[in-house]
Amino acid sequence: MSLTTAHSVVAPSSNAKLIAGTIIIAYALISIVPLLWIFATSFKTPPDSIAYPPKIVFQPSIEGYCNLFTTRTRQTPEYINSLGPATGFCDETVRKRNMVIAGPSNFLPRFVNSLIIAFGSTFCAVFLGTLSAYGFSRFKVPLADDLLFFILSTRFMPPIAVAIPIYLMYRELGLSDTALGMILLYTAVNVSLAVWLLKGFIDEIPREYEEAAMIDGYTRLQAFWRTVLPQATTGIAATAIFCLIFAWNEYAFAALLTSGTAQTAPPFIPTIIGEGGQDWPAVAAGTTIFLVPILVFTILLRKQLLRGITFGAVRK
Amino acid sequence: MLDRTADNVARATPEPLAKKIRGISDKGLAWLFISPTILLLLAINIFPLFWAIYLSFTNFRANRPNEVVKNLGLANYQRILGDQDIWIAMQTTAHFVFWTILLQTVIGFTLAWLIDRKFRGHAFWTTIILVPMMLSPAVVGNFWRFLYEPQIGLFSYVVSFVTGIPPTNVQMLSNVELAPWAIIIVDTWMWTPYVMLICLAGLRSIPEYIYEAAEVDRASNWRQFWSITLPMALPFIMLAVLFRGIENFKMFDMVNLLTGGGPGSTTEVASITLKRQAFESWRTGYSSAFAIILFVAVFGLANIYVKALNKVKQR
Repeated sequence: MSLTTAHSVVAPSSNAKLIAGTIIIAYALISIVPLLWIFATSFKTPPDSIAYPPKIVFQPSIEGYCNLFTTRTRQTPEYINSLGPATGFCDETVRKRNMVIAGPSNFLPRFVNSLIIAFGSTFCAVFLGTLSAYGFSRFKVPLADDLLFFILSTRFMPPIAVAIPIYLMYRELGLSDTALGMILLYTAVNVSLAVWLLKGFIDEIPREYEEAAMIDGYTRLQAFWRTVLPQATTGIAATAIFCLIFAWNEYAFAALLTSGTAQTAPPFIPTIIGEGGQDWPAVAAGTTIFLVPILVFTILLRKQLLRGITFGAVRK
Repeated sequence: MLDRTADNVARATPEPLAKKIRGISDKGLAWLFISPTILLLLAINIFPLFWAIYLSFTNFRANRPNEVVKNLGLANYQRILGDQDIWIAMQTTAHFVFWTILLQTVIGFTLAWLIDRKFRGHAFWTTIILVPMMLSPAVVGNFWRFLYEPQIGLFSYVVSFVTGIPPTNVQMLSNVELAPWAIIIVDTWMWTPYVMLICLAGLRSIPEYIYEAAEVDRASNWRQFWSITLPMALPFIMLAVLFRGIENFKMFDMVNLLTGGGPGSTTEVASITLKRQAFESWRTGYSSAFAIILFVAVFGLANIYVKALNKVKQR
């Protein structure tokens, strides 16, 4: 046996492991560079961010974050000198560029919109998805396979193709540029994922639990509430995070159907501009704040990731 | 309280009667649970779809809602099939889909195979590799514009450093030849981890005893790879390819922010054409017809996808 294991796939040799490890680590490091660059740029001053050659070592500054959250106007040095002492770090930084803070920017409201729409639609999608998944998992539904395919197929529609009639429909119903309209839309897109994922999770819970509960006198509904739901908590949580990530990241519908009050962060961030073009440190700051929740969720989800991205087709 | 009483009654009554008293029958409950989802999808997906089908036969323009709508029959469809720009957009899409899938499959499978060597710390590095695919393609795509900036962008700087081309000449987004590759690079960067993760599941699904049997038969590593590893992982690779194929066929967000279809229309994939027709030229009827054609194409792909998915599941 020792003769063959030297080049066996069953137990890779230490040499093979070393080469594989080196390549994987190199790939991981290279692929993470753009993200590190976003993070680094968010702490650069505007001149540092567009320096040639690109600066790897620089004096960190939170000017990007100041610019992200404020709007500024250019003033004469005389006017700025006539003002009282600067009220904070941002105020001081902005004055060095001959500007004064004119007010808050739209970033915070857009970010709050993202939160409301993402959490609202996730709650609705998971609620509807859990009920449907239980229905499909436990009962004989006529045409169940066709209905499940129908539910999945709605996910395959190109968003722009759906957006044209949705745009007209929302205009008629007064749902254009409203959080409610976006929540309904994202719920509809996410519910297909929720049904498919949760059906997989609920299929894995033995029916015997409910049957035992029902013999003890629980109704079907009580059995669902007291035995199935607690067992499905992990699955429901994982599904919720997937729905949340989709709604958080969505751009096409948001860009076409919202413009003001209900606009989310993804269509807003690219519009952050400074004087003479894009204000890259501010864009990087917005991007960083926007990405951090997703990074946390990815790490929480890593065991369920495969299941989520394949609609439950592949389970580890 | 009411539940309790009903329960006690139910316990004391014979089975057929008990079912009635316990409230909703299983069949009723099934529909009660499933119908809200179906209704929502009918309202938000299917009704608009039928509306789009109706519009596709008309000359309706969404920016002129008061104009009289004329029925054009199949004229919109005929014009699309004869429209040079549409065919160019379809070719651009095909080029984009072909190269992204080829690169992602080759790199993704290789990475999965290497991770499956189970070196120390592979779980940690796998998680790091997975990060790009979880991020918003729009927000990250937007930032790649900065990386691609000539001279000041990191990507351009590295390219000019390695190749010796003057940094101002590395114009990934404004060069007609390079722009299609600029979007392929970003898409590959983002989605290779996706293909990798599915391939990894495929590799891990292969039972060890098959390799052990091959060892007994003294099959070479090369032979083992071609006769065991690849065929057994193939359904998984196909699954990943189909999924990426569908997603990239309808690609919009990343390309819209990175190039907006430009320079000219060199990176104008189908979804960008659709957006320009529908929301810039406001040819609602015409673009609805194009949307229906795209939808039918995606639906066909989805059908194949579900069949393949069931095959993978059966294993």
